[in-house]
Order: sequence, then structure tokens, then C-alpha cells
Amino acid sequence: MTSAILVSIVMTLVAASTPLLLAALGELVAEKTGVLNLGVEGMMLCGAVAGFAVAFSTGSTGLGLLAAALAGMAASMVFAVLALSLAANQVATGLALTIFGIGASSLIGAGFVGRTIPRLGPVFPPALSEHPWLRMIFGHDILVYLSLALVLGVSLFLRRTRPGLILRAVGENDASAHAIGYPVIAIRYAAVAFGGALAGLGGAYFSLALTPMWAERLTAGRGWIALALVVFSAWKPGRLLLGAYLFGAVMTLELQAKAAGISWLAPEVLAMAPYLATVAVLTMMSLGRRSGRLDAPACLGKPFSAS
Amino acid sequence: MNQPREQEMPPRLALAHISKSFPGVKANEDISLSVRPGEIHALLGENGAGKSTLVKIIYGVQQADEGTIAWNGTPVSIPSPKAARKLGIGMVFQHFSLFDAMTVIENIALGLDEAVDRETLKREVAGVLQSYSLPLDPEREVHTLSVGERQRIEIVRCLLQKPKLLIMDEPTSVLTPQEVERLFATLRQIASEGCAILYISHKLHEIKALCDSATILRAGRVVATCDPKAETTKRMAELMIGAELRKIEHGTQTQAGAARLAVNGLSLPGDPPFGTDLREVSFEARAGEILGIAGVAGNGQAELLTALSGERLAERPEAVRLDGKAVGREDAGARRALGLACVPEERNGHAAVPDFSLADNGILTARHRLPLAPHGLISGGAVRRFADGVIKLFDVRTTGNAATARSLSGGNLQKFIMGREIGQAPAVLVVAQPTWGVDAGAAAAIRQQLVDLAAKGSAVVVISQDLDELLELADRLCVINEGRLSAPRPVASLGIDEIGLMMGGVHGAADGVEAAHA
Amino acid sequence: MLEWRPRREPSRLMRALSPLIAIALTMLLGMIVFTAMGYDGFHAVGSIFVTPFAEPQRWADIGVKAAPLVMIAIGLAIGFRANVWNIGAEGQYIMGAVAGTGVALATYDMTGWWILPAMALAGILGGMAWAAIPALLRVRLQVSEILTSLMLTYVAVQLLYFLVRGPWKDPDGFNFPQTRMFTADQTLPTMMEGSLVHLGIPVALLIALVAWLLMEKTTAGYAVKVVGLAPAAARHGGFSAARTTWATMLLSGGLAGLAGLFEAAGPFGQLTPQFPVGYGFTAIIVAFLGRLDPLGIVFGGIVLAATYVGGEIAQSTIRLPQAATGMFQALLLFMLLATDVLVRWRLVWKRRAAP
Repeated sequence: MTSAILVSIVMTLVAASTPLLLAALGELVAEKTGVLNLGVEGMMLCGAVAGFAVAFSTGSTGLGLLAAALAGMAASMVFAVLALSLAANQVATGLALTIFGIGASSLIGAGFVGRTIPRLGPVFPPALSEHPWLRMIFGHDILVYLSLALVLGVSLFLRRTRPGLILRAVGENDASAHAIGYPVIAIRYAAVAFGGALAGLGGAYFSLALTPMWAERLTAGRGWIALALVVFSAWKPGRLLLGAYLFGAVMTLELQAKAAGISWLAPEVLAMAPYLATVAVLTMMSLGRRSGRLDAPACLGKPFSAS
Repeated sequence: MNQPREQEMPPRLALAHISKSFPGVKANEDISLSVRPGEIHALLGENGAGKSTLVKIIYGVQQADEGTIAWNGTPVSIPSPKAARKLGIGMVFQHFSLFDAMTVIENIALGLDEAVDRETLKREVAGVLQSYSLPLDPEREVHTLSVGERQRIEIVRCLLQKPKLLIMDEPTSVLTPQEVERLFATLRQIASEGCAILYISHKLHEIKALCDSATILRAGRVVATCDPKAETTKRMAELMIGAELRKIEHGTQTQAGAARLAVNGLSLPGDPPFGTDLREVSFEARAGEILGIAGVAGNGQAELLTALSGERLAERPEAVRLDGKAVGREDAGARRALGLACVPEERNGHAAVPDFSLADNGILTARHRLPLAPHGLISGGAVRRFADGVIKLFDVRTTGNAATARSLSGGNLQKFIMGREIGQAPAVLVVAQPTWGVDAGAAAAIRQQLVDLAAKGSAVVVISQDLDELLELADRLCVINEGRLSAPRPVASLGIDEIGLMMGGVHGAADGVEAAHA
Repeated sequence: MLEWRPRREPSRLMRALSPLIAIALTMLLGMIVFTAMGYDGFHAVGSIFVTPFAEPQRWADIGVKAAPLVMIAIGLAIGFRANVWNIGAEGQYIMGAVAGTGVALATYDMTGWWILPAMALAGILGGMAWAAIPALLRVRLQVSEILTSLMLTYVAVQLLYFLVRGPWKDPDGFNFPQTRMFTADQTLPTMMEGSLVHLGIPVALLIALVAWLLMEKTTAGYAVKVVGLAPAAARHGGFSAARTTWATMLLSGGLAGLAGLFEAAGPFGQLTPQFPVGYGFTAIIVAFLGRLDPLGIVFGGIVLAATYVGGEIAQSTIRLPQAATGMFQALLLFMLLATDVLVRWRLVWKRRAAP
């Protein structure tokens, strides 16, 4: 019976980690070009509500996922126009995007509260996906596999390809990249859009896969944790994967504790755990890199104007 | 002109009546010039004469408001640097377009317009490095390289594209005299292969040594075109500056007095990530003297200045003494109160706050010695009066004390900052690049102020990359190289070759000996 | 052809006008969006931005909601000017209320004039303590205060839940998750009979005035501005970035804590799980609407308070969902950031040069 518990722990762990991984990977790409978009939480909420609304109205989860990616991307474009084209302060614009995402998703979602849809199902046939222990590998939905493939893809893209090299260069020294003739703003737009699409999918993971329903502020601050994960990863996709799964583990503590029959710990304390862990991890990261800060893109968060 | 061959062969590049304005300034006005294949053509002018704007137009970074560009006789438009490179124009900027955290080969790859696979690129780079005998390691990260090596990356980047016109923007301002010689040899080789070179500089002896012809700019207009080998340096200087050259009056040579600033064994780690460590720096600046500190950019000048100003603290109080008092552990405010004033190289953002008015910028460093904010309460009247005084005395061209620092030209802001510090009658003034970007008239005025300040009994330390300026101003000169400071020598006893060798680190012959023993 | 040109100097006129332009654009855009969503867009905008001001009986309500917004926003704005991005004011607001409530519960059976000041002091200290954590981490270890202060907000919310459901639950409260009601000596005196208008309003105005003097007339305010605009110049001038970070974090935490305590000891009169209403986040919008200037923030606080009041009106008159208020507030912030471009750039009409 313990093996059954182990399998279920793995399944919850993967489910809790996937939205973090998706959102953080998108943000990592945006930050690699030097853009700090603090609106991840807002974009996730936009994706979550759009995904649910479309899946509910059309009955198609696939269309729901597409809508979620587009909604996240659309939200990110609002950020891009302000922060990139108008050179507004990136911190303030990102915050605005999060506040906007909370408001817009609540407004749009008001009509969907209490409705349910079928959960996003596993990719592989039941023989594999419902196998007592093989389901640890084959029992997941499309977004889980997509997120893992994207980690590999982004990692190769950044390290091995010329567009990846250019993308890193823009984040490293925007003035030089511009002087050489690379379209700094356009590249940043593309990276922000990619980040928005992945944040939208990460948000949709909540409303389509984890709990197939809509509730206000469904993502409960996971967007902010995704931002912290990017710092934890030192802007490397491989470490991001590790970080996302570590945080997924922390986040499932509440469930695990219940499963293990621990009742002396107040549920509120367990609910605090991911946020306290984030603070602790950020602190440890800083302790670990007292000498220099070569890992962060040098232009992160700085506005650029080409004149 | 009469030779039929030249008529057959149109100029590589011909500019006709180019004009370009920015808010408040006409950067270029009716500029025409032409460059032949194989010619090294100088574009000569002071800082702010419009050279940089003009080459940016040629390289497609900016667009001219009026005028035409002809390439090999055909009119062209150059909307982007990419288009320029496509024509065969390569450019080495004064400020390199490099990525510190990436390797040399990655930087070169980024400079190419087409994707080249890594192995091919490596081979091509090795070929260029060999045929021009340029020493450079393609796998090193850029932040570990010297300025001369960084420049070589840019040159290799251009040469890989087989350019037909190479633009060099103030290429020697950051090089040692020996590196300059090496660069000139490279450029002559490139020109001999038929490439035209447009060489931008304000250094007359270089242009005489290197260039076949020169176009002289002043205030955005062409004032003359000449053969620099035939023209005298003095005549070119007058054309460039537009006035008779003025000489600094040193007054009666006073005997140097007691040490006002004494630095003893000052060591500090460099600023992360790419700073230079200061190693056992010791020197004295005496009352009545100007001490010059020469050196190639990035050898610890910035670190030395912040260590003296108190922005970074020394490990021991005795490492820095001001009039005998140990101040190594005192912060910037305390040192200023005691009479130590500093002017860092970077004006906007370091010496001044770009978004503050001139009046508010006065408060930044003058509040310790002047009653601008008694008991922490800012006295608006006193602040404005102080700023007005500086503006008047130092002839700062501005709309008034409410103008933001950002709105001033580099030279005018420098005049304001120098005035702000000199106006406090400091015991010691440490100044980096006192006349960088300032027009010749104002530069002469600033140098005169420094001489006068020393004459009144203050000690003045000038940190500069401009050897001519140091030789003109300083009584004694030392050189900073890789964070080490050489012993000061009286300027009268030094030859320029000797200083060049010191700048290149050869003076540290001890290093070589140690290495040999190891 | 219209073209953007950079200004040589930032425009003072636009600096003053841009918040008004942003409000106008928000009203216009809001009207379009809500009409498109099938609501009565014209009346939605009217109820949210106009009705609260047009009906004098609403003014007291606006004041009550504006007071905490103004207090929090002033602290945040001073921090923002120093480039200290404390976005966890909501958590500091909660912790101020929690600390003050702690004092209230401990003095439950006592009387005396000193109880309320003691609660206020505890509120300030509670907010400060919560802000001290990100301040310490940033100054000592360069950890971004943006993420830490926000994370601590979630922690504060859980702590509040824990207290009102557990140790601080009212023993006579039929097991509802809430504390006892505060006694008369623990409640803010009201300024007008029969209304909720409490001492917090004049205190907020006084704080705005003092903060304005601090920022414009003292070297302390000067230090804040220099550290934010040009850190290297601040070091050069002998100002300490670390000290400024500490001061602004503690100030904003203390003000948020005091605002939280006033809210608990005023309109709420106890602590409940419904206590966090998002004032700490809305105050960020207030700070920007006031252009980070303490007197401007009074104006900003009144406008945002009115949107809360108006949102409630629109809920009952045209059945606009409550979330619409948040949408309007976010739109306003977007428009503010967008119109800021007018301060630095100007639009000029340029004839295309002849080819």
C-alpha cells in the first residue's frame, strides 16, 4: 500500500509543479532579454479565466488551452506597449498588469463561478495512464509533457542557436545589440509574448487540470513564486526544472500532511509554507553569490530607448 | 584631379550637403566630403564638432535630414547599420559594442549578419588574426580582456566582412602609445589592400602620422580640407578650434609645501563584477602642486577616485590622510567637511543627478562646507544663490539654476561641476578627466582654475588619460597600471616614450623578474 | 505626419495634467469596455466616478476609505522615490491591525485614555516589524524587496486566519471566526455624530502635510530622491543607500500598520477574516495617481476611495459586479503609466521631407 501512496504523491507533485514551471520558464526567457515582467500573476489569471470560459462554452479543452495562451499573450502585450514602447517603469507596469489581471479575471469569471468542466485528461491510453505504477510516467496530461519538452527546447535554443545567442545579447547589453543593428525592442516584444503565452497556460493548468472550475484569484500568488523561481534558477532552464519541482513539493505539503494524518499543525501554517520557503530560498541564493552577480542578465529591468 | 585614372574611378564614398539637427543643436550642417579607395581620410574636430553624428549617418545608425550619400558613384540610402554592412562599410565604435559576459567568438558571431557555423567561424577568425598578426584568444570572456584586445575584437568583426570602407571612431583614446603604433600598422596594411578608411580623431600628431587627407569640422560645419602631412599642426589646431591657441599661465613657480593628501598602502578589491583591484597605492599631494595620474582607461582610476572620495572606505584609517588626519574610515560627507573635494569622470549620474535642477545639484556636495541646509533644513535662497554664483563665475551656458543637469551639454555641465567644487575652496581637489568633452576655450579656463587653486595652497590631483593635458598641467606625474601606482616623477624630467612604457606596465620590471624567478 | 520628439526638460504642465488626462481616458475606455461587455457603460462610469462626488451624503464614506489609502500610499511613494519597491503594504497593514488587536485583547477589561494610543503604537511597530524583514534582506543580502515583501503578505493573511480561527476567537461569538468587539476605549472617536468619520481622516491629512515638508524642505527628503534617481551620485554626495532603504521601509511599514490599526479600531471594531480588503495594493495606484507627491496623494486617495464607493453604488443600481471596481482601478494605473510619456516627450506635426 505504501507504493500506492508514493505514486499518488508523485502525481500530486507533478501536478503542483507544472504550472510553476510553465510560468517561470516563460518569465525566464523574457528576463533573458532584459525585461522584468512582474505581471506573471496577472497573466496567469487571464489565462486561467479565458481557458475555463472557452472550454466551458465550446466543450473543448484544447480550444481552452489555446485561448489561455492567447489571453496570456494579449495581457503581456499591454505590458510590452507600456514598458517597451513607452519606456514606462517596468516594476510599476508589471504590478499594474497583476492588478489588472485580478480585476479582469474576476469580472469575466463572475458568470462562471460554481460551474465545472471535465478535467484535462492524460495523453496516453488507459493501459498506461491508469497502470498502478507506470502512471507515474505515462499518467500525465499534455501540459506536463509540454512543459518538460519546453525546458529542453528553451535550454537548447539559448545555448546552441544563433537566435538564442542574439536573445541573450539583448539582455546582456541592449545598447551594444542596438548598435550592431539588432531590433532590441522587437526581440523583447517576442520574448514577452512567449512569456505571456506560457503564463497563460500555467494559469489554465489551475482552471482546467488541477481544479476544473473557476474561482477568484485561483492562482493564489503562484505567479510571484514563479518570479522567485527564475532568480533561484540563476536564469538556467535546467535549474528551473529542479526549482519548480522542489516548490511543487513544498506546495503539496498541506495535502501530504493530511494524507499522513498529521493534525497537530494548523492548516494556516502549512498554507504559509510555500511563501516562507520562497523568502528562505531567495535569501539562500543571495548568501551563495556574494561575489559578483554574473548570472542575472546585465540589463534586467532597465528601460531602453533607441535614440 | 587631372589624372584620367581618378576620373574613371569614382570615390568610394561621397557625401554631399549633409545636414542633421537635434532638439536645440544643429549637429551637422551642409557637410560634403569624399574618400577614395586605399585612402586613409581623417575626420578632424573637437568633441562636439559633429564627427560622431556624421559617422552615425554614414553607418546608418541615424538618418540625415538633408543631403545625399554616393557609394562608388551611385546614390544610396543607408537606412540601417545592416544596410551599411551590406554595402561594405565596417565601423569600430569609440564605445565598443561588446558583451562582457560572453566569449570573443560569441561576440564576433553576434557582429555578423549571417549565421556562420561555429567551426567555419573559428577558422576564419584564426585566418584574420594570423594575416594581420593580431594576438587574441577567441575563447576568452570579454571582461577578462584589456581595452586594446577588446578593440581587436571589433576590428576582426569588421575584417571578416571584407569591408570596402572602414570607419574608426576615436580609436586611440583608450590605447597606450605602443598599442597605437600596432593599430596604425594594422590600418596601413588594411588600406594597402584597397580599403578606404575614415579615421575620426581630435589628435593632430596621429593624423599627421597616419592620414593621407583630412576634413576639419567645427561646430557642425566643414571649415577646411587639407593634406595633413603638408599642413602644420598649429595651423590645423587653429582651424579645428577656431581661435588662436591660448597658453596656461603658471604664475610664479611656488615651492611645493607640506603634504595635504597622503595615501599610504591603500589596497581595495575592485567593484564587482569586472572592477580592478587597487594594490598598495601610495602617494602624496602637496600644497601648491598639481599631481597628475596617467594611465589607460580601466586600470583602477575609477576605484582610486571612489576610495579617495570616501564612497568606498579603506581598511585602515591611516591609508588616507588629509592634512595629517587619518580619514580612511570616514565617509564621503565627513571627508568633504574636512576639505577633500572630488570630481568623478562620469558626470551624469555620479557627479550630478541628471533629473535635478542645477540648484539642487549644488546641495549634493556643497552642503557640508557651505550653509545650504543648516540642521537638515534646506535653505532655498542660499541654494539658488550658490548655483547662480557658480553659473556666473564659470560661464555655464544654461537657462538658469532651475535647468536640469540633463539638459546641459557635457561641457557646460562639467563647468558647473568644477565650479561647484572649486567654489568651496577645498584643501584637496581630486578630479578625473577635468576637460573631457569640453570645448577648447572652456578647457583652457578649467585648467587655469586648477592652476589657480593650486597656487592658493590647495593640492590638486588630476587623473586623466589625456597625456598632453597632464604634461601641460602637472608638476609631478605618476602612472596607474592594473591598480598599481608608480612613484611620481617631475614632469620636466620625463619623455613621452618613457610615460608610454610606464602606461603599458613595462615599468613594473619587478614583475618580470619575479616571474623569471618563479 | 505626427511624430514623438523628446523634450529637453520634463514638462511641469504635463506632470500636473497627466493624472487628469489618465482619469479622462480611463472613463472613456471604461465606458467602451463595459458597453462591449453588455453593461450600461455610461451609467457604470457615471456611478463610479461622478455619483460619489455629486451626492454629499457619500462624502463621509469617501473620507473614511480615503484615509487609510492616503496613509499607506504616502509611505509607499516615499519608498518608490528611493527605488525601494515595498509592494507588501497589505501585509504590513494586516500586521499593524494584528499587533494593535493584541494590545486590545490584553487590555480587554481595563479602561483608560492610554489604551488607544498604546494600540496605535503597537500598530505602527507591527507594520514596521513586518517591513523590517524585507529591509534587512535587501540591505544585507541584496534580496529583492519586491518578492519578499509580497510573499510576507500571504504569510500575514494566513497568520490573521490562524489567530481569528484559533487563539483569538471570541469566546462568546457562536464559534464565528472573529475576535471580540473592541471596547469604547479601544475604538477611534468619531468626528461627526452618527457617521463613521473617525480620527484617521485628520491624521492622514496631517501626515500628508508633514511628509510633503519632509520631502521638499529637508536633506532627509533630498537623500530619498538622490538615492532613487542616481545611486552613484548619492554615494558621491555622502548619502547612505542602506540607511535610506531602512528608513523608507520602516516608514512605509509603520504608516501601513497605523492605517491597519485605524481600520480595525474604526470601521471594523474587531478582526475578522474579511479584514484584508486590498487597500495595501490599491494604495500603489493612489501613490502613482498622486505622482508620488504627498499632497498629490491626498487627491489620488480621494479619487480611488470614490471608485470604491461608486462601485458599491453601481452594484446596486446597474448590477455591475464588484470586480468592476478593480478593473477600473487597474485601467487607471495603465493610463497613468501611458500618459507619463507626455511628460518626457511631445507630439509634433512634421511635414515629410521631400525625397
